[in-house]
Amino acid sequence: MDSNKLSVGKIGGYVMMLLVALIIGVPLVWMLIGSLMSTRDILNPNQWLPTTPVWDNYPDAWNSVPFARFFLNSIIITVFGAGSKVVLGVLCAYAFAFLKFPGKNILFLVVLASLMVPSQVVIIPNYQFMSTTIRNILGTEGNWVNTYQGIILPSAATAFGTFLMRQGFMGLPKDVLDAAKVDGAGHIRTMWQVILPMAKPIVVTFGLIAVVGEWNEYLWPLIITNTDNMRPVTVGLRLLNDAEGNNNWGVIMAGTALVVMPMLIVYTFLQRFIIDGLTAGATKG
Amino acid sequence: MAVNNEPMSSAEWNPQPIGEAFYRPKGSFGGLLSKEWFLFLLFVIPNFFFLGLFTYWPLIRNFILSTQKVNPYTKAQSFAGTDNFTWLFNDRVFKQVVTNTAIFIICCVVFTLGLGLLVALLLNERLKGRTAVRAMVFAPYLIAGSAVALVWAYIFNPRFGLLAMMLGWFDISSPRWLEDPDWALAAVIITYVWKNLGFAAVVFLAGLQGIPKDLYEAAKLDGASAWWRFRSVTLPMLSPISFFLMVTSVLSTFQAFDLIDVMTGGGPTYSTTTLVYYVYDQGWMAQRWERAAAAAVVLFVLMLVVTAMQMLWERRQVHYDGQ
Repeated sequence: MDSNKLSVGKIGGYVMMLLVALIIGVPLVWMLIGSLMSTRDILNPNQWLPTTPVWDNYPDAWNSVPFARFFLNSIIITVFGAGSKVVLGVLCAYAFAFLKFPGKNILFLVVLASLMVPSQVVIIPNYQFMSTTIRNILGTEGNWVNTYQGIILPSAATAFGTFLMRQGFMGLPKDVLDAAKVDGAGHIRTMWQVILPMAKPIVVTFGLIAVVGEWNEYLWPLIITNTDNMRPVTVGLRLLNDAEGNNNWGVIMAGTALVVMPMLIVYTFLQRFIIDGLTAGATKG
Repeated sequence: MAVNNEPMSSAEWNPQPIGEAFYRPKGSFGGLLSKEWFLFLLFVIPNFFFLGLFTYWPLIRNFILSTQKVNPYTKAQSFAGTDNFTWLFNDRVFKQVVTNTAIFIICCVVFTLGLGLLVALLLNERLKGRTAVRAMVFAPYLIAGSAVALVWAYIFNPRFGLLAMMLGWFDISSPRWLEDPDWALAAVIITYVWKNLGFAAVVFLAGLQGIPKDLYEAAKLDGASAWWRFRSVTLPMLSPISFFLMVTSVLSTFQAFDLIDVMTGGGPTYSTTTLVYYVYDQGWMAQRWERAAAAAVVLFVLMLVVTAMQMLWERRQVHYDGQ
């Protein structure tokens, strides 16, 4: 009936959508353009595009700081950090969902209450633990500052994952569990062959949340490492910024693009899965 | 207690003829693995061990350290009661830090949620390409904070940054953003909102799509205007999800560190130092660990208070549909 009014509204909607896309997209395009500009082009405030693309900015960034090592460190930290969260989280969630134990509910509250303690509040004692306490235990053989275990162990456990996966496990259909019982399957077999295959979506979701979290972790790796060869890419970017000084934005943007683009490429293929996964705690809670 | 509990549950779990149960091979733990309480402990102890070692125990140690006086040279410690807290609350910088933190949190949360809701309302319309825009808006949430910080530090450059060049179109000279104490916090807030608004938008959008259509039909039949439908249907139906987003946003904004560290390093003249940054600064820069620990206690208590306040608020205000 009022198709005219509708189309005006629609055009307005498309204009708004274009505006949103520009606000989000332009900074990233600006990063890519900057990554190809020479310092002279950058310093010229009337120069929007590179006069000739300076592809050398990329190898320059790669060699300015040990980028390959940063990526290796990030991969090691992410694989072991997220892996341990998933394993410990699954075991703990299974126990709280299916096993009987006196005082179980109180113990679950103990897990949940730890969500109230953000890691930033306990960085000082944790740092002292990795330096002084570990040195006292090991004697003179050094400590765990600037080691992988020092980076990874403080985030090895998960309260959020326990909570999320316990909810997921408890939502599974009861009759399948009963069938497993009748079959005489023990708990370890039930977990491995019945629960995990059925609860795969929630476990994978938590795995994704853990991977993204570990990969982007910044504060703890910054303070627990003190040599370039132990830093992850997040901290490495700050080092690149320090190394390149004030105005060498072409190289800095190239290094930033080296970190951002692989993630965005993976994201374009898995966007639905990633968006649903990372918001699962919010939309299904 | 465990002894009481165990035979009943294992009988439930192995509903086999008793004769066969006798011949069941026991595991290498002398049958312990078939006992539920033992399995429970086996499964939860690793998680509890690390939560205890790196969350609860350091929380106590941090509290103890905050009550100590530490000689900066000999590192000798002695009990100092609330001295560190008194020092903090009399410190001019710390007052500024608390103000910065409040401004930072309020602005970040209001703009992230406000703009997130607007984008969600837009993407809730049947427009072509909205899935692509949804994916785009969410993307910055995934990118490492230090990378986002560098991109925006470049954009905020007062001489040749994108914003300065755009302001140049209108002959407006750019503020000196990250170098100016009056503008630096605003620049960090803008960056934070850009990075996080997609998350809020996607969560709001999921909330909008969960609102039953017949509520709108009914409101339309009653002759409610678009604004009134928004006021009387959309907002109340969204309130549980808004509440959730507000809690998580406030708590995560409290913890923001990477953007600040890379963009401004807390400066200029402490204008972007928030509580978390102050803890880092007092500890790793100034080496006054006891003061850093006291600031961490303040941070922890403030976050607890905010959570408690929001829980009380929730009880009063939030509309939960069909409990």
